[in-house]
Amino acid sequence: MSSTNTENWMKDIGVLDLTGVGGGSTSAAKKITALVVDDDSVNQTIHSKMLENLGIQNQVVRNGKEAVDLHSSGNNFDLILMDMDMPVMNGIEATRKLREMGVRSIIAGVSTCTRDEREQKEFMESGLDDFQEKPLTTPKLVSILHKLNKKC
Amino acid sequence: MDGVVQLQKQLVDYIASLFHEGFLDEQFNQLQQLQDESNPDFVVEVVSLFFEDSERLLNELAKALEQETIDFRKVDAHVHQFKGSSSSIGAHRVQNVCITFRNYCEEQNVEGVEPWHRCLKCLQQVKHEYSLVRNKLETLFQLEKQIIAAGGSLPAT
Repeated sequence: MSSTNTENWMKDIGVLDLTGVGGGSTSAAKKITALVVDDDSVNQTIHSKMLENLGIQNQVVRNGKEAVDLHSSGNNFDLILMDMDMPVMNGIEATRKLREMGVRSIIAGVSTCTRDEREQKEFMESGLDDFQEKPLTTPKLVSILHKLNKKC
Repeated sequence: MDGVVQLQKQLVDYIASLFHEGFLDEQFNQLQQLQDESNPDFVVEVVSLFFEDSERLLNELAKALEQETIDFRKVDAHVHQFKGSSSSIGAHRVQNVCITFRNYCEEQNVEGVEPWHRCLKCLQQVKHEYSLVRNKLETLFQLEKQIIAAGGSLPAT
């Protein structure tokens, strides 16, 4: 089965601008960008591919500090997929920092099921717009993207 | 053409058995669905990454458990990572033994059995499940290669 039709899901959540050039062509769609923040190379590869298959341009970094540095140097993304456990700077710290910096992107926490409810609460409270339990699937990703539309 | 059809059936049956026996779960389907003509080797690539990471993690775990004073937080961190990556590719049984590992290791006050000994047993289980799923996946990829070499196409997921 081939991957989800990009145009369909985009129409579905309303980010496909039908009044644009060619009416309904993908080139008229708002180019959504995303940042994957995860220290695990398996997850990096999977999450990046999922985004790619949905037509979303994306970059990958290995920890919270790299994510913060990217933003400090002027980069911005519509969506950030933030892992929790990472070396150097974890997801909680990174999310807090990004919000302090005024970053208004959708930040979705993506984490392995943690039995530590307090930590999960702290993660949400650091400034997340959404939280999804790993492993990430295309349907979960699409549900995160619905939030994007609402924010726009 | 008959040979290809047989191989294709063998592949379908083999994959079904892996799901049935709990070696793989739904997440593996997700991976297969991400594969397309522009990335025909995606699953093999991701699984190979997983193998590399796993070998490294298992080495780290063995080393951590050999120390005079075991750093249980380090052990837990490694197992947590292993649980994460195995769940990402759908290696269900590996994921489960990782969960057991953490629960068992966390019980600091089990009478009669030293923590490090328990952890060692858990590590053996994790190694065992990992090598099982590794063999299964390698067999799977071999079958796929044979089909393609024989001019056939892979059955749709």
